[in-house]
Amino acid sequence: MEYFLQQLINGLTLGSIYGLIAIGYTMVYGIIGMINFAHGDIFMVGAFIALISFIALLSAGLTFVPLALLIVLIISMSFTAMWGWTVERIAYRPLRASFRLAPLITAIGMSITLQNFVQTAQGARVKPLQPIISGGFEIMEHDGFIVNLSYMQILIILITVGLMIAFSLIISRTPLGRAQRACEQDRTMAELSGINVDRTISLTFVMGAALAAVAGVMYLLYYGVIDFYIGFIAGIKAFTAAVLGGIGSLPGAMLGGMIIGLIEVFWSAYFSIDYKDVAAFSMLVLVLIFMPSGLLGRPEVEKV
Amino acid sequence: MAVPGTELSTRLPGALKDAAIAAFIALALFVFLIGIRTVDAAGVFPLRARPWLLAVFVGAIFTGRLALNLFWWNGSETSGTLAKALAPVTGLAERSARWLAPALIAFAAFLPFMPFADRYVLDVSIMVLTYIMLGWGLNVVVGLAGLLDLGYVAFYAVGAYSYALIATHFGLSFWVSLPLAGLLAALWGIILGFPVLRLRGDYLAIVTLAFGEMIRIILINWYSLTNGPDGISRIPRPSFFGLQLTRNGEPSFHEYFGLTYSPLQRITYLFYIILALALLTNFVTKRLRNLPIGRAWEALREDEIACRSLGINTRNTKLTAFAIGAMFGGFAGSFFATRQGFISPESFTFIESAIILAIVVLGGMGSQIGVVVAAVVMIGGFELFRELEQFRMLMFGAAMVAIMIWRPRGLITAREPSVYLKEKKPVSADLVQEGHG
Repeated sequence: MEYFLQQLINGLTLGSIYGLIAIGYTMVYGIIGMINFAHGDIFMVGAFIALISFIALLSAGLTFVPLALLIVLIISMSFTAMWGWTVERIAYRPLRASFRLAPLITAIGMSITLQNFVQTAQGARVKPLQPIISGGFEIMEHDGFIVNLSYMQILIILITVGLMIAFSLIISRTPLGRAQRACEQDRTMAELSGINVDRTISLTFVMGAALAAVAGVMYLLYYGVIDFYIGFIAGIKAFTAAVLGGIGSLPGAMLGGMIIGLIEVFWSAYFSIDYKDVAAFSMLVLVLIFMPSGLLGRPEVEKV
Repeated sequence: MAVPGTELSTRLPGALKDAAIAAFIALALFVFLIGIRTVDAAGVFPLRARPWLLAVFVGAIFTGRLALNLFWWNGSETSGTLAKALAPVTGLAERSARWLAPALIAFAAFLPFMPFADRYVLDVSIMVLTYIMLGWGLNVVVGLAGLLDLGYVAFYAVGAYSYALIATHFGLSFWVSLPLAGLLAALWGIILGFPVLRLRGDYLAIVTLAFGEMIRIILINWYSLTNGPDGISRIPRPSFFGLQLTRNGEPSFHEYFGLTYSPLQRITYLFYIILALALLTNFVTKRLRNLPIGRAWEALREDEIACRSLGINTRNTKLTAFAIGAMFGGFAGSFFATRQGFISPESFTFIESAIILAIVVLGGMGSQIGVVVAAVVMIGGFELFRELEQFRMLMFGAAMVAIMIWRPRGLITAREPSVYLKEKKPVSADLVQEGHG
């Protein structure tokens, strides 16, 4: 029971990270109908920017953790958003009128480029970060097994919930969100009614990248090590989460992320840690076969 | 952006402004990732500033963008200038398809006897041919049937491991194991194809990607069968009608023919094997295109619903495409295993799938000669940068993006129709769905 509870907490934390990345996939897929293959690597870039700015701040003498964390979050979000914007501008916008496969190929190319760019610029080794936030609550103890809820986990879940609420409000209440939903439904019609479609799509990428950056910061703090390859597997799992929740749906992405995180953690805890990725991928296959529109998604109507 | 048809001097301020914006964006992008380097050694301040490198990068982007603005984008069409400039070259390739293919085959057939064909050239040629074969195999699935497969490497891996296991455990020769490995790969094509029958497009891509990764993870972890990450070594080499192409083989090739032993004989032999396998793939694909099944594939790619309403069995059509594509992947995998003599799961990562798919798409989907051109450009170009080990993959990714933006329809855009009235006319790629034809 205690073991179960502990895994539940770990799973929800991991799920929050996946969920934040999944939002980027789901928004982009919703608006231009493509899998932004480079999104996982945008997350990795976010983690790297966070790592570098963290070390820079700490060595500059800023040791007050909440302030440092806030600054790092802002830096990572804004600079990663710039990367997201650039990737869209370079690799996807010129191909908007092209056939469906073209942007997928450039997305894969961008993913390879980003991974190898970071590898060349920062080195291939695993990058450690000293623990920033330590400590936590002991929820319960039984037979010497302590269930821990660390401050880190609380922080991750709180930030995720906060960002979820903020982004749901942006999508549902602001003119930008309205424009996004309009582009999602009918891009031509949205353009005719005066919406700057290119700008809206760019902003979608910017938002997705900013959320991926937050996920990157959390990943960095939670695991303490990153390398240039973390984006690939995390990206596929987050995409699985987006599909599971129903592509195009923001709460769905979050829910999917939580489920994928829980599946992964429980699978590792009770079955086999070697096959945890296989569990997540099998989940993707099963969902797509039996529930293609996901948990909260709308079924896709096929037109002739 | 510059104003059409104006003098250089009047365009300068606008160009400068544009370049400055680009440089500013570059500065923002690179300030952390290039400007500061994390130092691997543990220390108090494990960071090192690299302002000069950053300045070089930003400066390069500024001047590059300025030059583009002033001299390349002459104010007229901003896109397609490069395509127009290179149109004669690619147009020639398209028009000359009739004699280009036989010429290339003849060149390949005589390559080992050319004076410049040393071991390195042959090794690179074998690699290029392997990718051409993989590209042609994947072309059946992606180019003809329109099923976007991002996990093709799974079948390559199945073929390689099948051959390695059959040959090392049962001692069967390469020529017996090769069809077995192909059959096993085809079987896996059906097994993996079955659950994804209803999926299409991007979803299919991501599921096949997941399958590819799953196979790799299983290969890593199923230690008792696959020897895990250590891989399988001492895989037997192919023999020439029972003659071994090794120094001490019994009976050995060089003794039988009264030649002096040279390791080049084995490489040459491998070269001809892969050439034959690749040409077999091409031949079978070309023939299949004219059969009802091939036409069904192309019809399926163009419109699945129409296909179904015409009474085409989409399930069987898709499964045969998967199986045949997988079978060729399996052949190529067996060849890879016998050439390397050692295989491990490391050789079958997603990046391989991406490279093969890139070859198919960049070549111009469905175009057989396009695959050859793309494989030579990508793998050969990749090989040219061997010195720059670190930057190779970076260049590769960037080239993928650049070629795709420059020619979204692939290098060879004209398609040869599979069904025609009286005479063959090349079909422009713009006229077919999904850009392949």
